[in-house]
Amino acid sequence: MDQDIVQRVKSDPNYQKLVKTRSRYGWMLTWAVMVVYYGFTLLNAFDKEFMGSRIGAGVMSWGVPLGLFVILFTVVVTGIYVRRANKEFDALTDAIQRNAAAGATGSGSAPTKQKVRA
Amino acid sequence: MKNLIPNLIHKTSALALLAASSAAIAAPDLGQATKQPTNWTAITMFAVFVILTLFITKWAAKRTRSASDFYTAGGGITGFQNGLAIAGDFMSAASFLGISAAVFANGFDGLIYAIGFLVGWPVITFLMAERLRNLGRFTFADVAAYRFAQKPVRMFAASGTLVTVLFYLIAQMVGAGQLIKLLFGLDYSIAVVLVGILMMVYVLFGGMTATTWVQIIKAVMLLAGASFMAFSVLAMYNFSPEQLFAKAVEVHAKKDSIMGPGNFIKDPISGISFGMALMFGTAGLPHILMRFFTVPSAKEARKSVLWATTWIGYFYILTFIIGFGAIVLVGTNPAFKDAAGKLLGGNNMAAVHLANAVGGDVFLGFISAVAFATILAVVAGLTLSGASAVSHDIYATVIKKGQPAPGSELRVSKITTIILGIIAVGLGYVFETVNVAFMVSLAFAIAASANFPVLFMSVLWSKCTTRGATIGGFLGLITAVGLTVLSKSVWVDVFHNKTEIFPYTSPALFSMTVGFVGVWLFSVTDKSPRAAIDKAGFEAQEVRSETGIGAAAASAH
Repeated sequence: MDQDIVQRVKSDPNYQKLVKTRSRYGWMLTWAVMVVYYGFTLLNAFDKEFMGSRIGAGVMSWGVPLGLFVILFTVVVTGIYVRRANKEFDALTDAIQRNAAAGATGSGSAPTKQKVRA
Repeated sequence: MKNLIPNLIHKTSALALLAASSAAIAAPDLGQATKQPTNWTAITMFAVFVILTLFITKWAAKRTRSASDFYTAGGGITGFQNGLAIAGDFMSAASFLGISAAVFANGFDGLIYAIGFLVGWPVITFLMAERLRNLGRFTFADVAAYRFAQKPVRMFAASGTLVTVLFYLIAQMVGAGQLIKLLFGLDYSIAVVLVGILMMVYVLFGGMTATTWVQIIKAVMLLAGASFMAFSVLAMYNFSPEQLFAKAVEVHAKKDSIMGPGNFIKDPISGISFGMALMFGTAGLPHILMRFFTVPSAKEARKSVLWATTWIGYFYILTFIIGFGAIVLVGTNPAFKDAAGKLLGGNNMAAVHLANAVGGDVFLGFISAVAFATILAVVAGLTLSGASAVSHDIYATVIKKGQPAPGSELRVSKITTIILGIIAVGLGYVFETVNVAFMVSLAFAIAASANFPVLFMSVLWSKCTTRGATIGGFLGLITAVGLTVLSKSVWVDVFHNKTEIFPYTSPALFSMTVGFVGVWLFSVTDKSPRAAIDKAGFEAQEVRSETGIGAAAASAH
């Protein structure tokens, strides 16, 4: 990739917004998953009694719904990210790619050309 | 005294299974399975599956001409299809039989075990999937070595790939041999040769296209079969989990304790370490990572992880229900037990016996065929990723400096496929009587401690250098292997020493730390001219990884 395209993309406000928003969002959700999963693991390690204790009159324990919650949380949180990425992040990416291509035709180089790696 | 002895036997066998399953991660520790009577229904169903997949391979062969077709199906797989294929890679015979067996033996502990496999996926989605697709073409080394000196980093990535693949392959081959004795009532050697030959046919002629479709078909069959089993079990209890659990607590030897955590998490450090191996190992398994290059764009890559996570999550909920179903329907039925009151064929057969209990002989045959097909599909994916490490990373990039003669890269990958197939069959024979339960756990630990830190740091840390990535990666690899050898599953179970030196279930917490610290330390102290080039290359890499500008638009051509 040409260095001038790199610089042009980097100075595009859309790019700065994309990188900042997406990375903050990605890390925030990553920490959420870590807290939920390692929280569940530590409860299983430190408070086995609570996890095995009954919720109500039946045999259902706290551990089973909490475990199912971790599974559902994992799927839902992935879905939440993908939803926002499909709308917001893809729109930004398209805009950045358009700007880069428009600038590139001006300077005569092709931005979509595959970079040849040594 | 009369009651004490059977009770004691029951407890020890359950504990042995628990220890094995916690160490095994994804390998069914079938141990030395006893050969069962020949099951013709299962064999016929499996034959139908094989014929179907061979037709697919024939179709795929016509579309496999270039190296890109061979490695990544020409990038023409959709997000939905790829999601099913990734889920298929994860829904191995081991997770199906192993997790339902763990639930059958210990209830809730089986759920803890299953959850560990799932939680790596969101992290892959948030931090890795799109960047991988934007930077890489065929192998994860394309991404890890993007801005570095190619030779050292590619050599490391190829070693990381081959070591991971090899340990995983051995576990699968031995698992196949033991399964075929149990499910089909055929000899161990037949299974090993059969798996070796079929896998070579899929990969050699159909490349990634055939490998992906075999995995998709198997995933659909397994999801359908498991759904039917869970549905049948729930239907018997008026779709009330409470009624199912109440019955299970009533009939299970461990009574109430199956509803809470038992001995699966030995101590907090083992729990965290094991969780890290599963979570980050997933993001470093080469046969999983290569699937991100089979889709046309970062958007499809992202979609495929969402589908994969959904299917895997759904599947683990099913296995939990299946395990409890086995407690009430299989555990109480003397027809499924031997004279000593143990399950015929061992606890890993819980789901298979349940298939018989809810669907009769034909459904039993179907589930047996699916279980065996599962191993075949996973082995094909493993071999393809091993072959691409040799042909793309070592041959085309390191030896031929990125300029291989036309067609030669594809030829090398096919030759490597044959060699890997022969090695896999050979290792299957050698390890027949060895306890290989630790091997998949080791594969995950290496993936988490060597492949993942290098991949992660090279993509996200601007100051990472060639030297840091190479040395740090190898340090993580060596630590993961070393600590596994010193742990109970090898030091005691394989080498028959009295006590283990490394006391925890998984080395990941320690070896991953070594990997990351190694990459950091040998990067920040790197003052070589190459380090300056590496750091200068980060900007361009970042722009491409974030936007996809400059990435090859892979498409079916």
